Amino acid sequence: MLTSPKLDYALLAPILIILATAILGVLVEAFIKQALRARLQLTISLAGIVIAFEQLYRVRNQGSSMAAITSVSIDGAGIFLQGTILVLAFVGILLIADQDHFAPQASALPGSIEEAAALESGRAQTEVFPLTLFAVSGMMLFPVATDFITLFVALEVLSLPLYLMAGLSRRRRLLSQEAALKYFLLGAYSSAFFLFGAALLYGYSGSLSLNGLTDAIHGGGGNDVFLLLGIAFVSVGLLFKVGAVPFHSWTPDVYQGAPTPITGFMAAATKAAAFGATMRIFYVGLDAAQWSWKPIISVIAVVTMLFGAIAAISQRDIKRILAFSSIAHAGFLLTAVVSLNQSGLAALLFYSVAYGLATLGAFGVVTLIRDSAGEVSDINRWLGLGKKSPLIAATMSLFLLSFAGIPLTSGFVGKFAIFSAAYESGNIYLVVVGVLASAIAVFFYLRIILMLFFADASNDSVSVVIPPLLTRVAIFLSAIVTILLGLAPSILFDVAQNFAYFIR
Amino acid sequence: MSILTTLQLLPLIGAGLIAFLPVSNAKLVKQVALGFAVLVMIVSIFMAFGFEKSERSLQFSESRSWISAFNINYAVGIDGMALVLILMTSILVPIVFLAGWNESENGRWSVKTFYILLLVLETMMIGVFAATDVFLFYVIFEAMLLPVYFLIGGYGSGERAAAAMKFLLYSLFGGLLMLASVIGLYIISTNQGGGTFDITKLSELSIDTATQNWLFLGFFIAFAIKAPLWPFHTWLPTAAKSATAGTSTLLLGVLDKVGTYGMIRFCMSFFPEATKTFTPAIITLAVISILYGAFLAIGQKDINSLIAFTSISHFGFITLGIFALTSQGLSGAIFYMVNHGFSTAALFLTAGWMIKRRGSSQIADFGGLQRVAPVLAWSFFLAGMSALALPGLSSFVSEFLVLVGSFAKYPVAAILGTTGIILASLYVLLAVQRALHGETPTSAAGIIDLNLREKIAIGPVIAVLVLLGFYPKPALDVINPTTQTIMTHVGVSDPIAKVVK
Repeated sequence: MLTSPKLDYALLAPILIILATAILGVLVEAFIKQALRARLQLTISLAGIVIAFEQLYRVRNQGSSMAAITSVSIDGAGIFLQGTILVLAFVGILLIADQDHFAPQASALPGSIEEAAALESGRAQTEVFPLTLFAVSGMMLFPVATDFITLFVALEVLSLPLYLMAGLSRRRRLLSQEAALKYFLLGAYSSAFFLFGAALLYGYSGSLSLNGLTDAIHGGGGNDVFLLLGIAFVSVGLLFKVGAVPFHSWTPDVYQGAPTPITGFMAAATKAAAFGATMRIFYVGLDAAQWSWKPIISVIAVVTMLFGAIAAISQRDIKRILAFSSIAHAGFLLTAVVSLNQSGLAALLFYSVAYGLATLGAFGVVTLIRDSAGEVSDINRWLGLGKKSPLIAATMSLFLLSFAGIPLTSGFVGKFAIFSAAYESGNIYLVVVGVLASAIAVFFYLRIILMLFFADASNDSVSVVIPPLLTRVAIFLSAIVTILLGLAPSILFDVAQNFAYFIR
Repeated sequence: MSILTTLQLLPLIGAGLIAFLPVSNAKLVKQVALGFAVLVMIVSIFMAFGFEKSERSLQFSESRSWISAFNINYAVGIDGMALVLILMTSILVPIVFLAGWNESENGRWSVKTFYILLLVLETMMIGVFAATDVFLFYVIFEAMLLPVYFLIGGYGSGERAAAAMKFLLYSLFGGLLMLASVIGLYIISTNQGGGTFDITKLSELSIDTATQNWLFLGFFIAFAIKAPLWPFHTWLPTAAKSATAGTSTLLLGVLDKVGTYGMIRFCMSFFPEATKTFTPAIITLAVISILYGAFLAIGQKDINSLIAFTSISHFGFITLGIFALTSQGLSGAIFYMVNHGFSTAALFLTAGWMIKRRGSSQIADFGGLQRVAPVLAWSFFLAGMSALALPGLSSFVSEFLVLVGSFAKYPVAAILGTTGIILASLYVLLAVQRALHGETPTSAAGIIDLNLREKIAIGPVIAVLVLLGFYPKPALDVINPTTQTIMTHVGVSDPIAKVVK
């Protein structure tokens, strides 16, 4: 007699709703006529996210349950991260809604007759919305998955759409496609590492689940070579996704080449999802073997923080600067991971919201600064923007100050929480390095503010376009949250603390 | 609500109000700003009268939960030291507004922005001395850099952007080191029964020697950059040279005091053992600062740089007094902080008027000022006399106390420090001679004397310097209990004078 497995649809519903919405988006793309499409896609996507969030809110107290035959664990941290990803996706889609960033027909070769025809006819494909939602569903699954198969599936579901999305830019298409290809090749390579590592860990423990792995480590008796190689390979896959040194080299190119709203979404949401999964794997699956990986991950955290901060100094392109800044932030988040304590988890949860929204806001501002050929990301041409449009310059400065961790912004509270978790766990040297890296990073953030406000406008055609309504809403939301979480962090931090637990 | 909270809210309300005023009406903006600054001054004087001198504990305390997850509170309260510093701040701000009535008009941004920044800065300057929660202190300590950054970069002259950047980078670097120590203290308090940022509770922790030393250094370097002590001083001359007279006054007169204030409030009370360990090294740095600042001041050709280097010398005296760990030295140092605030204000403001009238900040471009603008010249002269600690002016009292206090324990340092006084007369008198006496160059002949507004601004500063010079008792009475509390806490006592027969 076969019984059908119990799936707990209610707990899985947030993910399923997003998936359903994405599929609906594909149908819309196919059947609805061109004129209505963009608007309809936008409405459906936002509605899907809101409904998923509502469902998530409903099950928020049912944390500590396993779903889908224990391959998914809906616990506090999982629910919080899913919520974070949904919020970031919502704001990200507000930015993506400005279709001016995307190629009218991505499948047409750059410079080809088809492309010219597509541009001329005013046709626009809006597949970016369903693609975003597919990525979101993968991101939501990634931090709650508790066995390596599910983890791998989630990793691929979140990655594949992103590879495509990186290549959708309307302007500088070759650069964009190069970025997409680079991201795809390196991403596929790192996925292979992850999968290989998972296989080795299976060979070691005889189980695909994180709990099985822990039991096997406790039990001993397995072949440690498999364990160590497995840990190493799985780590490579994860560290690639979060953009940690030495697996960071794709970050600046992809950030620069991808359409700016996509870069913002990717930087914010991927980081939350990937760090959620990393934390879970190390915390739940590999805690018992921390002697083997903690020293190395700590070293990587140190190198990542310093490298990101130092390398950003010599950059002149705002998107590349933000890319290196995201590498430095990955280092800070890794500091939270190796803390391996509850404060570290709470700090990571808070940080991913604070950093994510500031990132979306900052990239939102980048989309507004343009000349006749599109966005201007060369900061030397941003000189004196503070004079032309003080409000936009002030908002950008706010986000940069938050990245720099200046008090009264959300970034400061996040950094404080991470450093105190690291100190609490005894990794005092990580605090010292983190502080030094912050001090270095302050330099390039402030230099941008200096250029915005204290330099005279260079005499060229750079201007701030009048922001589309939704972009304005997105930037405004991000700015408000950045200030609010700086002034009264308790609003979110207390929640993060309540949700900062994993179940085994 | 504590009166300290009111004091912090008032300038903020003023800034909020100004934000709604029209940009075009600069005069109204200035009047409203001045009105609020005067109001703050009155409230703070009122508070001073309610201050109980004999009371050892913190007064006007208030505590509200801010970030409950880390047990961070909005907690304020003052002792004698904080009181005199807050009084100094609230008196200097309206004077700066009045003295620099027109200095905001050539800035990169509007007059309105200038006064909003200054009023926000005033809130923070009061808050930083009132905070009794280390986290709150840290937040204000860092956040107050931003208004100054924009004040230097937006309204200064010369290489203002570079000066602003240098100032901010130095200060932030120190601040981040301090952050590591703040976190360390918090974790240690967590391990000893309940995490807290409360100053009083933190000073009761028992911390092992090695940890004390590291945490001490984190705090101390931040404060030494702020103060600034040699070799952490290089940002100061560039900042002082570029900033407007009013900004320089607040920067050196008030903000830099946070450094020396922090050494007493945090370094000494949290880490008594480390304090004793590092004292010889710090005394050495202090003496180097005194001599280095004085020597470089002699060679300066620019008035503002000259004042900046004299300040480095004076901060050396303050640090010497603090770490001499005697009651005279400590009281003298705290009193010195107040006097230095007023005497720097006098110097920067009169120098600012001279520079504005002459269109140059080079001392060589002046001469015979005494003849053309006697009131201005006399004010500058008095300010200079206060910088060289002429008996009868308040800085004499404090410098004397510092030297007496340090002589008891560190005679060599005190003797070397005394030569700083001689050098001080050299750099002040040289500048006075070149700028005020001699031939009046034709280009400087058109300098007009102070107008009524400027006289009103400089009057109180000189009055304070003279009054406290002849009758320092009210200030010392307030300061002494703080000194005693700290001495007891660190566990040192005054050396008993040996009677030589």
